[in-house]
Amino acid sequence: MDARRMSRAVPRVRQVGFFTPNTPVQQPRPQSAAPSSESPPLSDSPASNSLSPVMIPPPRHLSDNLGGRTAAVPVPGRENSGELPTVGSYNPSESVLWLDSPPRSRIGDEELSEGAESSLGWYRRSNSAKFASSLPSGGFNLSTVKHPESVAAVEAKNPLPGKSEAQKEQASSSKPLKAKTTKAERRALQESQRAAKAASKAEANKSGTAGGAPSSKPMKQPPLKKDGPPVASSIAASERIGVDRSVEKERKKDLPPPRKQFDDESRGGRAKRRSVLNQPEARNRVELFRHLPPHKNGTQLPYLQSKFFELHEKHPAVYKVGLQYLAGDLSGGNARCIAMLQAFQEAIRDYSTPPEKTLTRDLTSKIGGFVSFLIECRPLSMSMGNAIRFLKSRIARLPLTLSESEAKTTLCSDIDRFINEKIVLADKVILRHAATKIRDGDVLLTYGSSCVVEMILLYAHELGKQFRVVVVDSHPMLEGQKLLRRLVVKGLSCIYTQLNAISYVMHEVTRVFLGASSIFSNGTVYSMVGTASVAMVAHAFRVPVLVCCEAYKFHERVQLDSICFNELGDPDAISKVPGRVDVNFLDNLTDKQKENLELLNLKYDATPSDYISVIVTDYGMIPPTSVPVIVREYRKEYLLI
Amino acid sequence: MPDTQALVNDFLNKLKKRKIEGSQATAKQTAELLRSVISQTRMPYTNQAAALIHSVKAVGERLIAANPVELAVGNVVRRVLHIIREEDLSLTTAAMAGLNLSAESDDEDDTDRDNHPALSAAAIAAASRSTLRPPSLQTLLEDVPDSAAVPHTSSSGGDSEGKSKSADKSSRSRKLKHDVIEAVNELIQDISTCHELIAEQAVEHIHQKEVILTLGSSRTVLEFLCAAKEKKRSFRVFVAEGAPRYQGHLLAKELVTRGLQTTLITDSAVFAMISRVNMVIVGAHAVMANGGVIAPVGLNMVALAAQKHAVPFVVLAGSHKLCPLYPHHPEVLLNELRSPSELLDFGEFSDCLDFGSGIGAPLLHVVNPTFDYVPPKLVSLFITDTGGHNPSYMYRLIADYYSADDLVLERRTASGN
Repeated sequence: MDARRMSRAVPRVRQVGFFTPNTPVQQPRPQSAAPSSESPPLSDSPASNSLSPVMIPPPRHLSDNLGGRTAAVPVPGRENSGELPTVGSYNPSESVLWLDSPPRSRIGDEELSEGAESSLGWYRRSNSAKFASSLPSGGFNLSTVKHPESVAAVEAKNPLPGKSEAQKEQASSSKPLKAKTTKAERRALQESQRAAKAASKAEANKSGTAGGAPSSKPMKQPPLKKDGPPVASSIAASERIGVDRSVEKERKKDLPPPRKQFDDESRGGRAKRRSVLNQPEARNRVELFRHLPPHKNGTQLPYLQSKFFELHEKHPAVYKVGLQYLAGDLSGGNARCIAMLQAFQEAIRDYSTPPEKTLTRDLTSKIGGFVSFLIECRPLSMSMGNAIRFLKSRIARLPLTLSESEAKTTLCSDIDRFINEKIVLADKVILRHAATKIRDGDVLLTYGSSCVVEMILLYAHELGKQFRVVVVDSHPMLEGQKLLRRLVVKGLSCIYTQLNAISYVMHEVTRVFLGASSIFSNGTVYSMVGTASVAMVAHAFRVPVLVCCEAYKFHERVQLDSICFNELGDPDAISKVPGRVDVNFLDNLTDKQKENLELLNLKYDATPSDYISVIVTDYGMIPPTSVPVIVREYRKEYLLI
Repeated sequence: MPDTQALVNDFLNKLKKRKIEGSQATAKQTAELLRSVISQTRMPYTNQAAALIHSVKAVGERLIAANPVELAVGNVVRRVLHIIREEDLSLTTAAMAGLNLSAESDDEDDTDRDNHPALSAAAIAAASRSTLRPPSLQTLLEDVPDSAAVPHTSSSGGDSEGKSKSADKSSRSRKLKHDVIEAVNELIQDISTCHELIAEQAVEHIHQKEVILTLGSSRTVLEFLCAAKEKKRSFRVFVAEGAPRYQGHLLAKELVTRGLQTTLITDSAVFAMISRVNMVIVGAHAVMANGGVIAPVGLNMVALAAQKHAVPFVVLAGSHKLCPLYPHHPEVLLNELRSPSELLDFGEFSDCLDFGSGIGAPLLHVVNPTFDYVPPKLVSLFITDTGGHNPSYMYRLIADYYSADDLVLERRTASGN
């Protein structure tokens, strides 16, 4: 969420960097505006068209000043190498920048030109000298006096347009870089404030960082903020933000951040220190799954309850939901997601912004705290991740003009709308679609207990369709028994069996309806463990498999197996079978025996997309290959919701 | 005779009430019962083989009818019948060879038997099996009169009787019975030692650091894995629990007791884990002539998953599990439904399970089959006590153990009734 907020800051900074000169000297601006109109003919790459006007125009104008733009492009690098000795530490980084990425070289040129433009009296000599050295020849030597900060501003701009250019070509890769930039920028802001008094110090700092790598550039960005981001410019920026942000955000999301791995030393250690719960000892942990957090069972409930009053920063509603997750009272993707959102809603209602803090920032961090608490109780499902992302984006996009109470009501109604549209209504649409696939005389098979599938079966039954249901269940969850109970009470004719007998019952089955926890963009269905087996057997028997899943559960990740990402259940649940006293083989093991025995209780598995005939979602019935399309379209949509 | 009758009835009851579990135990007890039946059979002076066959068949039919799904019973009955025929044949040929040595000495097989008159025919047959004699025209010709002769057992018996009249009748009759009992003893021996024979091959199939998956519990699999472990192979075993009987828990316990690294997983996690498994090793209930396997429930799913991930699916089966029948609709016809109480708590669902819910038909059915049929295309390898074989080869292997006339025992029951 930090990154998201940053992203907003970035454009403003850019803008400021641009406009800094405008207060003292008005000339450059009109100039820059004029060339910008010419710029289309000048720009040889079609990509530049999509650049925001703010970033591009100045360079153009400068390049005009310079004369042959094209000529200038290759020059810097070459010149650099020649002038290296005189330039000192500053240049190498520049040369690296230019040399290593060809598309950038042009941009570098642009910036430089801009720098030159603004140099009209703003750059300090020392800087300008360094700067000029990297430039071909032009009027750069003319630049006499510059503020170090403004140079820095130019420099800071350097990475950004470059990136935006690069983004057009490969949008996804650019994102992490940008995020890094903004974060670094923030850090640098503090730093620069400290260092601001001594300009020389700042210079030293700059040169030092510049020597490192291109990525260090952002460090120099903050100064210009301090230099005084004029109010006017910030307003202008905010206008642009409206346009830009969504695009940027989208780009940002193109590449999901890598999942946090439990066995990651640096992170795992921290997680442990922060954790509210006792971490179960590593005994009996399956080696293949050490990267996943161990299951936390309900025995920790009293412990957590005892700490209730210590954890006052957690809202009681959130706390309650967390306990329910932990105790296993709440299960099922939709139920968990709705409970979480409603808890957040309550927390938001009771929220008041602490003094000297902004609502957006403080609330996001609050929510982040809630989420990490919930994660400790039980790892989040994909659907919950999507919902949290939605909520955070809503918070981040709250207009600054809103009062606190207005903001809170907006958020609450947003949450309500999400629950309603993405879950409740989506389910209704799904069951309409799915019911068209049920005919009289069908034998429908379902596995485990999926609430959407249950609704479909009941809906079709209400429609008066004659069909039978095969409920397949598996140890240790045995959720199918509860579903069976509910179906039989409603008068549906049911056959109940265990997963192992799936080949036996599959002969007479005509349709398989499955629920899903999430669907990945490669078409893999991530669902309750055993779903893959059911789908596989159905595929082998040529029985169509329909996966019913709301589109908000789709996720842009890809996964091939069930091992890289999964959730571990309670291992001890395996050795006990409810209602079967005769199964007690593992009750009295010696320590030596326990040493060799590992119990693995997986919660999910990944069903390959080739077993899936159709995915029934609120957008209609789609083949698994269309999932990435929905993911992309849907993401756009929920940002606009 | 009466005491055998009591024994037979006792065994029948056990079979009917499913008191005997496991095909090995069943096979062994069947063989022992048949041995006592044979020893109690009074031998007529003429047509002794036919008499033996008749009495064994009479008992065998009843045993098979008691539990047709327990294919090991039928297998053993057929094996014993085959033994009787072979012993009879070998005695006959020996007698004939004794009569006209010069005339028959060109028959290589006969001279072979002449050289070792002390050896039982079954031993010779076993020896010839193990060397896998090539299907030469000669052996084909030799087999033909045997199988052709038996459909009309009485006449063939008469023939052999007529031919061997010159031999000493009393000694021969005693010899036939004696030889048959000897051979049945060997069969019993075979059945009880098949684990070791199969386990001996373990080192050839399991390498260091291998990951093996199995489902449910099978003594053969246990011995197989432990044999590899004893040979200092270190490997890891995933045991799927095998609901609804959860025999996998038992196997896991045995394995950890013997110091094997074992991971117990749920049946539902088989698909998830199979991508990290190098080999699936399972036991079987019976192996059909087409190479299909009647196996504990759930194995078809495992086999499909193994095929999807190109993991070898290896079936361990003692020779008493080789069934000479070709399966038809085996999922239903060679299956057995167990009590729903293993899946559902009667107390909780009693109102739905009974017929009193008004409409007449119960709303809820519970399906709890015991076996799965794994088609031959899903099986990579059979390991029997005679070595490893392809599924496509099973019909040939089976032909060595059974004579073609005994394949259909039920029809005789029908005609007899």
